[in-house]
Amino acid sequence: MAEEYEDEFDGPIKRFLFVNRKAPYGSIYALESLEVVLISAAFDQDISLVFMDDGVYQIAKDQDTEAINMKNFSRTYRALDGYDVEKLYVEKESLEARGLKEEDLLVDVEVLNSKQLGKLMNAQDVVITS
Amino acid sequence: MSGDTKMLHMVNKSPFEKTALSSCLRIAESGSAILLFEDAVYAALQNTSVANEIVNCLKNLQVYILGPDLAARGMSNKPIIDGVKTIDYDGFVDLVAEYDAVHSWL
Repeated sequence: MAEEYEDEFDGPIKRFLFVNRKAPYGSIYALESLEVVLISAAFDQDISLVFMDDGVYQIAKDQDTEAINMKNFSRTYRALDGYDVEKLYVEKESLEARGLKEEDLLVDVEVLNSKQLGKLMNAQDVVITS
Repeated sequence: MSGDTKMLHMVNKSPFEKTALSSCLRIAESGSAILLFEDAVYAALQNTSVANEIVNCLKNLQVYILGPDLAARGMSNKPIIDGVKTIDYDGFVDLVAEYDAVHSWL
């Protein structure tokens, strides 16, 4: 009988904050960050995501990449809660500068101001910006 | 001596992240055209902190945006600044053919 498959990660669990600051499609940063988030989730880490600056565009509704011949990865953000990644934050100031509102976003988020975001960042073990 | 070159300026960087668009708008001569594509399409949306730059330049310049890049970013249903023209890839080719020179603001 083979050894029972272990799917529980029993290493240390750290608080990871991924800060997304780039628009999707114009560069590879947004997609790569999403990959790292999913990998971190596979190791049962305590994950939070922040979308600020042009990163708020990553979770804009109605993305349709058919005509530019690239993969539309925006749907993946909706699948994050299936990986227990449920803490998503957006900076209020970034939304406002771009004329966007919470209802323009394709996932449920908590909107924080800069001050509140600073506190959130300070409460992490690891912060990764891209 | 030949006449002035009719130039097409191409910008593909977000106006919130890079200064390419601002520099282009500062330098582009009256009668030039600007094509906003890739992440630069966000500059053509209404109600943003950079919208005034585009509104002001429309007095002297033609401004075009690439529709497929707007759609990819989920911005097709958002209001575009009045006077900005949306084109597709065929229109992009026509623009390049129409102007004497292309300047890519990388």
